[in-house]
Amino acid sequence: MTDPDGPSGTATAVPEPPEKAAGTRGRRRALRHPLARFLLRRVLIAVLLAWGITVVTFVLTNLVPGDPATANLGQRALGDPAIVAQWRQDHGLDKPLPQQYLIHLGGMLQGDLGVSQQSHRPVSQDLAETVPATLELAGAAIVVSLILGVAFGVVAALRRDRLPDHVLRVLSLIGISVPTFWLALVAFYVFFYRLQITPGSGRIDPGLQAPPPVTGLATVDSALAGQWDVFASAVGHLLTPALVLALYTIGLLTRFTRSAVLEVLGQDYVRAARAKGLPGRVILFRYVLRSALVPIITVAGLAFGSLLSGTVLVEAIFAWPGVGQYAYKSATTLDLPAVMGVGLVVGGVYLVINLIVDVLYGVIDPRVRLQ
Amino acid sequence: MLDITDLRVTIGGRDILGGVDLSLRQGQVHGLAGESGSGKTMTGLAVLGLLPHGARATGSIALEGRDLLGLRPKELNRVRGGEIAMVFQDPATSLHPMLTIGRQLTEHMRHHLGLGRSEARSRAVELLAKVRIPGPEEAFGRYPHQFSGGMRQRIAIAIALACSPKVLIADEPTTALDVTVQAGVLRLLRGLCDDLGLAVLLVTHDLGVMSAVADEVSVMKDGLVVESGPRGQVLRTPSHPYTRSLLDSLPEAHAVPGESGQQSAGDGETA
Repeated sequence: MTDPDGPSGTATAVPEPPEKAAGTRGRRRALRHPLARFLLRRVLIAVLLAWGITVVTFVLTNLVPGDPATANLGQRALGDPAIVAQWRQDHGLDKPLPQQYLIHLGGMLQGDLGVSQQSHRPVSQDLAETVPATLELAGAAIVVSLILGVAFGVVAALRRDRLPDHVLRVLSLIGISVPTFWLALVAFYVFFYRLQITPGSGRIDPGLQAPPPVTGLATVDSALAGQWDVFASAVGHLLTPALVLALYTIGLLTRFTRSAVLEVLGQDYVRAARAKGLPGRVILFRYVLRSALVPIITVAGLAFGSLLSGTVLVEAIFAWPGVGQYAYKSATTLDLPAVMGVGLVVGGVYLVINLIVDVLYGVIDPRVRLQ
Repeated sequence: MLDITDLRVTIGGRDILGGVDLSLRQGQVHGLAGESGSGKTMTGLAVLGLLPHGARATGSIALEGRDLLGLRPKELNRVRGGEIAMVFQDPATSLHPMLTIGRQLTEHMRHHLGLGRSEARSRAVELLAKVRIPGPEEAFGRYPHQFSGGMRQRIAIAIALACSPKVLIADEPTTALDVTVQAGVLRLLRGLCDDLGLAVLLVTHDLGVMSAVADEVSVMKDGLVVESGPRGQVLRTPSHPYTRSLLDSLPEAHAVPGESGQQSAGDGETA
């Protein structure tokens, strides 16, 4: 933690302007705050991990058997070694791997992820279009699962071994057991094709004008633009795939919340809180849920990862133009820059989620923060 | 002050307490002794209506003439913490690890006494000083894990005293503490009992602890009180064979109950 305003020794020798000195002191005090130090440590670790992700995605992508040239060039072109060599040279595949990695890393630091061999557009541009769609879907799913999963889990724990508990236990088991792709197909068939109560594929109805992109999230952009018909359509389109995607996580969170709450309910400090005569809702929210949140956010963070992999199938079935579909297309055509780009984004999302989870531990539990 | 008559508790058809009679008086420490499983803790929990799920209590627990067993949940909540408070065995687990000492000291004061934030705070700091926590102002904003075991138990006692209860139930308050720290906590309890006129029910399996602070002693076995009376009488001339066997099982140093326990053991705690 170096001081940008010079070593502290000079502050006494050369009097600084008072406001500048105050700023330095404020910054130092901010870094001394346990939460700030905790955050700084976590962010540094995250940067290291991000670098690790670039290595792993690069190595794994290049370990995959198969020649990108075979996947991308036609039969006739493949017959001509000169064309193949030219194509490999154009895509930088003739250089040794470590050099390829350095070129890749250098480009990445400038936001250049290479050019997709399929779409012939910069990968970063492709990702900028597909990632928000997936984030909207996965974000809606995780919000729904957190709200419903935690609420169901708390109800099941408080009504332990009674009817609500039994019903919720069966439901959560179904949620965990049913494969997402099957559920997606059934939901699409029943609600769209048979009952016609949900809109079909895509993010908004085909006849509507897409809102000007600000965040890339159809619901947010349409609301920002005041296009309420588009907003309604976007929410309608989001609902079914998000619920389908969320079902597994809802089941998972219900079970984990139930056991976490039951465990906390048996703790001495909950009995001590009852002995203090606190009202039931204060005990539930202040004493029980606060402690139960630690395992819950751990599971929620992990579940977000499985949500992302679930989006590949759900996006394919609901024709959702997200990163899952893009990943599928790039992988099947051995579009290496695109695959690496997707790997990077997914790895980055994991990193951010883990960082958020770590920080939340620190916010919730003083024992983590004050270590 | 608090009269327990013919208290019976059953859990799932099994008799846990088979008719307990006890009475606590203002300014007196009533020791409740007995081996594990004899029903001491259940008696304490029954007073506050904190029995485990599925337990049924019959008989009468009268606080200044009001039967606590017949109270509605809301009225019972007013008694808990407000009129009868409890200190638990292990201060490492009976304080919420994620809430500040201040929060845990003030929340029930604000709820029961309707105090404002700053009033509650200044009273909390007073209480912390009363239980001899060094630097009570700073302690207010700290978390339980930043204190030693003995200090945590003092804090738990401060929390119990916050709403000026009439009765304090202390369930093995020194069992989880180092022997050197025990004496300090016991002396604190005794002092508070004398100063504030509390009626204290001291549940313990440790007759040494009992002999140091109790005025009255009751001995429990298998859910029944087998012997009850003034400390000197019960501990010196026990009439029930079970009490005698409890006393005989003590190591020599503790075997002669007297006043020495109060003075000899120093307060081994440091800040």
